[in-house]
Amino acid sequence: MTATLQRPSTGAGNAVLKPHRQKPRRTVGDWILLIAVILVAALIAVPFLIILVNSFKSPSDYANGGPLSLPSNIYLDGIVNFWQRVNFPEKLWNSFFISGTVAVFAVIVSVFNAYAIGIGRVKGRVWVLVLFMIANTLPQEAMLYPLYFMFKQVGLYDNVWSVIIIFTVVQSAFGTYLLSAVFGTFPKEIIEAASLDGATRWQILLRVIVPISRPTLSVLLIFFFIWTWNEFLIPLTFLVSNANQTVPVAITALQGDRLMDVTTTSASALLGLIPTLIFFLIFQRTLTRGITVGSTK
Amino acid sequence: MATLPPASVIARSRRAPEMSLLPGVRKRGFWLYLIPGLVLFTIIVLVPLIWNIYLSFTSYRGIRPPEWIGLDNWAKLMGDDKFWVSFQNSVAMIIAMVVVPTLLGLVLAALLFDLVGKKFGGKFASFLRATYYLPQILPVAIAAIVIGWILRPENGALNTVLDAIGLGALQHNWLGSPDTALLSVMVVMVWVQIGYPVVIFMAALQRVDPELYEAAELDGANWFQRFTSITVSIIRPEIYVVVLTATIAALKVFGPIYALTRGGPGDSTIVPSYYSYSEFFQSQQVGYGATIATALTVVIVALTIIFILAQNRAERLENER
Repeated sequence: MTATLQRPSTGAGNAVLKPHRQKPRRTVGDWILLIAVILVAALIAVPFLIILVNSFKSPSDYANGGPLSLPSNIYLDGIVNFWQRVNFPEKLWNSFFISGTVAVFAVIVSVFNAYAIGIGRVKGRVWVLVLFMIANTLPQEAMLYPLYFMFKQVGLYDNVWSVIIIFTVVQSAFGTYLLSAVFGTFPKEIIEAASLDGATRWQILLRVIVPISRPTLSVLLIFFFIWTWNEFLIPLTFLVSNANQTVPVAITALQGDRLMDVTTTSASALLGLIPTLIFFLIFQRTLTRGITVGSTK
Repeated sequence: MATLPPASVIARSRRAPEMSLLPGVRKRGFWLYLIPGLVLFTIIVLVPLIWNIYLSFTSYRGIRPPEWIGLDNWAKLMGDDKFWVSFQNSVAMIIAMVVVPTLLGLVLAALLFDLVGKKFGGKFASFLRATYYLPQILPVAIAAIVIGWILRPENGALNTVLDAIGLGALQHNWLGSPDTALLSVMVVMVWVQIGYPVVIFMAALQRVDPELYEAAELDGANWFQRFTSITVSIIRPEIYVVVLTATIAALKVFGPIYALTRGGPGDSTIVPSYYSYSEFFQSQQVGYGATIATALTVVIVALTIIFILAQNRAERLENER
């Protein structure tokens, strides 16, 4: 199909259509489709707006004006109450510390692994890669109970380090996989030049490979951070005491609590989504483009 | 989250010469760099995985040592209605996270790329793409809480709005009644998932040669024909990746169920991962929980292998043409 279609496209076809493309003609159909596409976007955005509006209402304001009205006056008690109740700064710090540490460690482990596989081309690398790839697909439940048992034995249960260690391994399985492909296509001349200058393996990794692949490494760092931030099952299982919980776990734990009135619940959802919205605003380009690093070959 | 097709990496490394990329440096020395990663991987993934499989053949309540009971758990699993319901619900999750988002995502990505990007400006297309992607960045449990808040039974936003516009008869305890709970969770998952295929497909569409379209247009092909015969066939690798990764994610769904329904009402929204979790930590039936988790793992790994084989086959056929 594609082959037959390709032939007539040289020359004539181009010339005819060039001006057409420069000055787009917008038909009625185009406008209708545009409206449809905008409607879908609005539908996706509406839940965010509803949560935003209602987090600043008092329960009676909500009862009177309904969920779609703007707050009659800015009411912060819901947010403040929830903030204090879960000790939100503590939860933010836990999430931040866990995600940040995991991101750094997982990138380091991934770089080492990928150096051995992509540049070193060690024997058995195919099997190592297959192993890591399968690990990417495994459900966490398949490791959950033994991990729970192990970390209890070594005294790291209900300790953020249990979660940090687990996610360092989980994320680096993906990182190794991705970086091995990137390193495998590393410009040969550069490594050869460094090698001829007498640099050791370690120096080449540190002074050549890492600096040159910095863009990829920072994309990985951002992804590991956000993925770890968003994790749920393992933090839920391992961080049982309040003081150790992450943001998503702490907020979920209080849903349905009898002390949570309607707008406080909305405020809790707002506090849960604000950090990730901030990450999104900062890393928008990386996130919406960078995600394709995982899909293109 | 995202897994990439390994075929190219593996093929490339298999063909590689028996030398490292560093001239004159033997490969063996590089093993040193692999040791920390492999040791960690063994402790955190391999050992627990095998241990979990072992537990699936035992009766174990978490206190006294596991007791070998052979295939009893597996026999029980085959006759366990709740287990089969949980997999049926996984199919519902696949519809919500794979089928609907992929089909809708194809159309949306093509519209954003072809129509909005070209006739209304690339900036606007990027803005819409970012909006679609927004729910994807949330912790999935928080995303569930957002929609769950709107679906609250007594004074929830949806019910209040329905009442206000005179459709009060449609008011419903969306998450609390067995007939709509699963559907409500599916809505949450469509909302969460829709941005993922759009972003991936839009990136893929940049590979499509515009001349192909122009040629097809000259040949009299309408938009839909061009869409199915050019767009879909060229971005097929990405479609495979999206379908595979989203299917795996759908089979693993846990957070939204935990946050919204805990599998209820009754077993109407139970999924395998939540079922095994509740066996582990609520019923203390660790052996049986391990059996469910192992069954889920087998399904996921089998699906992954089938997908990758199918993809490689499709790629080979494509190359032969």
